[in-house]
Amino acid sequence: MLEVVRAGPLVTVQDAGRIGLRAFGVSAAGPMEPDAMVLANALAGNTPEMAVLEFASVGGTFRATKDMYVAVTGSDAALWIDDSPARPCQTLSLSQGQTLRVGSLGSTLWGYIAVLGGIACDPVMGSRSTQLRFALGGHLGRTLEAGDTLPVGPCTAPPSLRKATSRPASSALAEIRVLLGPQDDFFSQEVLTRFLSAYYSVSPKFDRMAMTLEGPSLEAEKGHDIVSDGTLPGSIQVPGSGVPLVLMAEGQTTGGYPKIATVIGADLPRLAQLRPGTRLSFKAVTLDEAENALVTSRKATRAMLSSLGSADPIQPTSERLLSVNLISGVWPEDEASPNG
Amino acid sequence: MSARILSCGEQALTVELGQSVDESVNRRVIALAQALQINPVPGVLETVPTYRSLLVRFDPEVTRGAAMKEMLQDRLNGLTEGLDLAPGRLWRLPVAYGGSTGMDLRDLAADKDLSADALIAMHSAATYRVYMIGFSPGFAYLGGLPRKLHTPRLVTPRQLIPEGAIGIGGQQANINSIAGPSGWRFIGWTPVRIFDPDRAEPFLLCAGDRVQFEPVSPEQAADVAARQVAGETVMQPEDAS
Repeated sequence: MLEVVRAGPLVTVQDAGRIGLRAFGVSAAGPMEPDAMVLANALAGNTPEMAVLEFASVGGTFRATKDMYVAVTGSDAALWIDDSPARPCQTLSLSQGQTLRVGSLGSTLWGYIAVLGGIACDPVMGSRSTQLRFALGGHLGRTLEAGDTLPVGPCTAPPSLRKATSRPASSALAEIRVLLGPQDDFFSQEVLTRFLSAYYSVSPKFDRMAMTLEGPSLEAEKGHDIVSDGTLPGSIQVPGSGVPLVLMAEGQTTGGYPKIATVIGADLPRLAQLRPGTRLSFKAVTLDEAENALVTSRKATRAMLSSLGSADPIQPTSERLLSVNLISGVWPEDEASPNG
Repeated sequence: MSARILSCGEQALTVELGQSVDESVNRRVIALAQALQINPVPGVLETVPTYRSLLVRFDPEVTRGAAMKEMLQDRLNGLTEGLDLAPGRLWRLPVAYGGSTGMDLRDLAADKDLSADALIAMHSAATYRVYMIGFSPGFAYLGGLPRKLHTPRLVTPRQLIPEGAIGIGGQQANINSIAGPSGWRFIGWTPVRIFDPDRAEPFLLCAGDRVQFEPVSPEQAADVAARQVAGETVMQPEDAS
């Protein structure tokens, strides 16, 4: 079990998501930045889709009720095991009774805590992801609170100790690529030009459903009501206020506002990670460019996962193996790891 | 009108078959969704039928967008004549009209110069069509509400409407699938859970189904609710006829 001693304001259980139920009004939920979740799982020795804790900005304090392996991802998270500083983006071992304290993320918004064996709350409709709006899945369908205890799944073997090289910090000004449509024809050429040339900033009003943007208003010459149609994460809706908002992992499945554009798959996780106040601009790309960017980003994810280094750069010696075994009971068998 | 296939990012397309809420357009939407089920296009992950369009999610690493557009157009052209006329499943849902959940029954009847019984008779005589599911899990937008019963939504939504509440909003009818705030007017309650995440089939209804409401007494409704809690399957669709 993992005990929640203190929880940040928005900590939820997430796995790969509740896929394939949009026709029944259920969005997938799942991680805001899938790559960071997959990396946390890989470092903890899990398969990519296993359930983790997702947090916004600040994690919290968690106590291990048994020996366990964990990993924390999401840029430069400040971590402590009991009172000793620890490093994000690598396998960490927690002994029974020890606490993991996850402080603030420096440059991104969403971080992930993976535990070997996965968070093992009961799946709802095939997924452990929390859908906050309708209180589905996760831990009682809600954000975690102090005093919660989370079951951890069984693990057959300790993971290899691994680490990832830290990612470059996001720039202060982001360019987010979009494909125009499906309702770009509701807007005049002048408004489309404004949308693509103006700067927007990320509003402090964000959640797992949508990200609201601050910037020039976008009036739709054909009106701000459409006969409701399907929406997706990345859909940029423009309600009557003219202020665009981007639907995210838990966004509704249908909507009655015109959608001026859709954030491309390669850039949606980047957008999700922008902290409130960050400036951004939108750039229209072609379908080919969007598809190529998706293929490239998926390749980069696979490359990142296959290039995880050993957490200890020192070559194994018998003395070291002995010491590692004494400390953690782990054989540093990076090459033989199922994730290697 | 001819279809428009619209971009929704590189991983989805919207096939738009009309501009308005229209039963014949919605029938074609459902028929296209069925055609994609019967004869799948490689890479399609899921489809989402709405009033007048079908959202198609797919993996462009399996089928790129340009090829997907052609294949969707092909499926549209190949829609068998009459396939779009097949009636959906018919559900006869028991409804206890009035009561605490049907709090608007008397006021609504008075507004329309009807007795409560006459309003119930009118509401339960119609056959409704599930145009789409959206807004919340399993929430069905029902077309076919008799014109006399069309009623604007409340300006200020009520904070907590129970699951199973039978509502009217504008030109549409609905069954509240999950307790929550709502601006619709409510005239009754069905004990049948149209959404239950713990059931093997969590969702009772899908787009294209037909629904009728059958007036029952509060005691009969309570009995259905009790049998349902005990794990009994209380509702089966009737054969399409």
